[in-house]
Amino acid sequence: MKDPRIPDPLSWSVFTQGIWRDNPVFVMLLGLCPLLAVTNTAMNALAMGLATTFVLVCSGTLVSLLQRVIPKQVRIAAYIIIIATFVTIVDYAIQAISLDLHKALGAFIQLIVVNCVILGRAEAYASKNPVVNAIVNAFGMGVGFTLALLSLGIVREIIGSGSLFGIDLFGAQFQPWAVFVLPPGGFFVLAFWLFVFSLMRKRKETRAKQEEVARAA
Amino acid sequence: MTNSGTQSSPQVLLRTSPHLRDTQPVDVIMRNVVYALLPVCAFSVWQFGISVLGLIITCTASCVLTEHVIRKLQHKPTTITDWSATITGVLLALTLPPGFPLWMAVVASIFGIAVGKMFFGGLGFNVMNPALIGRAFAQAAFTVPMTTWVPNSAPSRFTEFIPSTLTLPFLRPNSISEWLAQNAVDGFSGATPLAVMKFEHVPADSIELLLGTTAGSSGETGALLILLCGCYLIFRNMMNWRITASILLTAALFSGICHAINPEIYPDPLFTVCSGGLMLGAVFMATDMVGSPVTPVGIWIYGILIGLLTVIIRFWGGLSEGVMYAILLGNAFSPLISSVTQPKRYGAPQKEAAK
Amino acid sequence: MTETAPVPTASPSSLRLIATLAGIAIMSGLLVALAAEFTREPILKNRREALEKAVFTVLPEATARKNFLLNESGLTPLGDDAISEANCYAGYNESGELVGVAIEASARGYQDVVKILYGYNPHTNCILGFTVLQSSETPGLGDRVETDPDFLANFACLEATLNEAGTDLKNQIVTVKNGTKKHPWQIDAISGATVTSTAIGTALQKSTTKLLPLIHKVEPEFAQ
Repeated sequence: MKDPRIPDPLSWSVFTQGIWRDNPVFVMLLGLCPLLAVTNTAMNALAMGLATTFVLVCSGTLVSLLQRVIPKQVRIAAYIIIIATFVTIVDYAIQAISLDLHKALGAFIQLIVVNCVILGRAEAYASKNPVVNAIVNAFGMGVGFTLALLSLGIVREIIGSGSLFGIDLFGAQFQPWAVFVLPPGGFFVLAFWLFVFSLMRKRKETRAKQEEVARAA
Repeated sequence: MTNSGTQSSPQVLLRTSPHLRDTQPVDVIMRNVVYALLPVCAFSVWQFGISVLGLIITCTASCVLTEHVIRKLQHKPTTITDWSATITGVLLALTLPPGFPLWMAVVASIFGIAVGKMFFGGLGFNVMNPALIGRAFAQAAFTVPMTTWVPNSAPSRFTEFIPSTLTLPFLRPNSISEWLAQNAVDGFSGATPLAVMKFEHVPADSIELLLGTTAGSSGETGALLILLCGCYLIFRNMMNWRITASILLTAALFSGICHAINPEIYPDPLFTVCSGGLMLGAVFMATDMVGSPVTPVGIWIYGILIGLLTVIIRFWGGLSEGVMYAILLGNAFSPLISSVTQPKRYGAPQKEAAK
Repeated sequence: MTETAPVPTASPSSLRLIATLAGIAIMSGLLVALAAEFTREPILKNRREALEKAVFTVLPEATARKNFLLNESGLTPLGDDAISEANCYAGYNESGELVGVAIEASARGYQDVVKILYGYNPHTNCILGFTVLQSSETPGLGDRVETDPDFLANFACLEATLNEAGTDLKNQIVTVKNGTKKHPWQIDAISGATVTSTAIGTALQKSTTKLLPLIHKVEPEFAQ
C-alpha cells in the first residue's frame, strides 16, 4: 500500500490515479462541458460530481463484469447503452431528491452520457481489469472529478455571490462579482486552477530531477 | 514582370506591417495619442467634476503599475515608457460611468492590462483592445454600478465626490439617491440618451449630443470635441482615418435606412453617430494599431463590420449601447480579415501561369 | 448472455453481435424501468409541492388547488396529478370559495425566456402577484423582479378589467418607466432592470388578453 512502485493488482495508486496523476480535469482536460456549465455554485458542483461518480462506478462495474461477453466490434455501442442506463437512473434519482437541483443542473445531467471521462474509463480501464480494480479506479476518477468541480464551484460561488453552499459569508454590503457565476467566470477560474496545478507539477518535477542528480553524484 | 518575386530591387517599397510605414517610433505615436486625449479628459472633468478626475488618475496609475509589476515578475525590462499602458488607463476611465467606484476601476484596469494585454505577450501581441477588455469585465462583473448614470454638470461637482466614487473596496457602491436629490435637475431619469431612445423612443437633442451636455460615460459625451482631437492625430499622420470614417459612415447609413423605414423607433443618423460611445470608440479605440487589420481593403471591411454590429446591437439587442462589443468582435475578426485580404505579392506568378 | 465461450480469434458472427447488444439493451431497459418505478411517487410529490408552493405564493388566500385545462372549447377539469397538461390552477380558501386563478405566462427577457406564474382574482379583476418559474436573468439585476419591494408593490392589485363586450381588456397591462406609474393597470419598472420588468409586463399583457375573456366566460365552472 505504501510503495506504489511494487506492481500490485490492487494498489493505492489504482485509486489515486484519478485524483492526482491522471486527474480527469486538471491533467487530462476531459469533461469540461459540465465543469464549465454547472459549477456556478458549490452545491451544483457537488451534486454534479456525485452524479458523475455514481455513473462512473456503476458503468465501470458492469463493463468489467461483461468484458468477456462483449465482442470488441460492438463494445462502444454496448458501453454507451450501459452508461446511458445509469445516467437515466441518476436523472430520475435527482428529480426525486430535489426538483430545484434538477432545474439547476438542467440538461447537463443527461449530458453525463457524453462525458468522455466515463467512456474513457470504460474503454481504457474497466474493460481490461478485474471488477474490484475497476470499481476502485472509477471511484478514484469520480472523486478526482468531484474535487475538480468543487474547486471551481467554491471559488465561483464565493466571488460571484459572496456565499458558500448557500450560506452568506460577507454580509449584505459585499459587492458580488457577477461575472464569476456567469459562463466567462467558469473559464477564468478553470484557467486559474490549471495555472496553479501546472506550476505545482513543474516544481515537483524540478525537485525530482535535482534529487536524481544528487543521488547519481 | 520579368524579375522573379523573391529578388526585389531596392526601389520597391516593401511593406510588412503598418508600423514600419511610419518613420515615427511607437512611443512618439503613443505619447501623441495621450496628448490628443487630454482635451477629452479635461472636458469630462469639467462636465462631471472631481470624481472623473479621480477615476482617470486611478485607472491610469493602476494600468501602468500592473504592466510594470507583470514585467518585473517575468524578469524582463519594464515597458511602461512606451505610453501604451497610459492610453489604456485613460481610455478605460473615459468609458466608465462618472460615479463608478474607484476600487472597481482598479479591478477593471488590472484585468484589462493583465488578461487583455500581458497574457498575450504585451504590446503588439494582444488580440483585443485592453481598455475594452477591462470595461467588458467590469460590465459583466459589476452590472449595476456600470449602468448607474449621474446628471451632467451637477452643481457640486468640483467641491465633493459623487458618493459612490469613494466606496470602500469589495463593498456595494454607496447610495447616491441623497446626492441626486441635491444635484439632479428636475426630470433626470438616470438613463443615457441611448437608453431613453431605445426603451421610450424619445430622441435627445442632437446639439446637446454634439456638445456633450448629456448623461453618459465620463468621456463619451462630447462628440464634436472627440472628433477634433482625432483630427489632430490624423493631421499628424498617426491614426488611420479610414477606420473612423468607415465606422461612422456605415453606422450613419445603416441607421438612416432604418430611420427612413420607421422613424418612430429608429433614431436618425446624426443621433446614432453622436450618441453613446460610438465617437470615442471609432476615433480612439477601433483605431488601435494592434487590433486592426494591416491591409488597406481589410481596414474598410473592419470599419464596416464595427459600424454594422454597433447599430445591430443598439437596435435589436438587449443592450442600449453596443460599441464596446462591436469593437471587441471587430478586433477578434481582424487577423482573419488581414489574411483574406492580403495583396498579391509583386511579381508573384499569375493564376493561369501557375497551371 | 450466459455463454462464456473463450474469446474468439476470428471475427464473431453478426448474430452474436446483435444478440449481445440486444441482451445489454434488455438489461438496461429493466434497470431503467425499475428506477422509474421506484422514483415515480417521490417525483410526483416534489412536482406537486413545487406547484402548490408557487400557486399559494401568487394566491395568498388559497389553501387548496385544482388543475384545469382552459382553451377555446371551454374548461376541462383535470386530475390532481395532471400537472404538466394543465395551464391554469384554481385556488380555493378554507370554506371552498374560489379566491383566484393561477396562470402560466412567458415572454422574452434579457437573456432568455422568462416564465412566470401569476394569480388573478376574477371577482375583483386584480392580478394579485407573480412568481418566476424559470429565468436566467442577470444575477443582481434582472432577478430583482422577484425581490424588489417597490416592484412587487405593483401587484397589490394590478387592474385587469375586461371591456364591456368581454372580448378584451379595457386597459392593456403595460410596463412604464420607473416612477411614472399613473394608472392601476401600469407596472412601474425597476430602474436598471427595465428589460426584465418589461418582459413581466409583456407576459401578463399577452396572457391576460388571451385567457381572461375565457376565464370570465367559464367562471361558474371553477366552483368546487
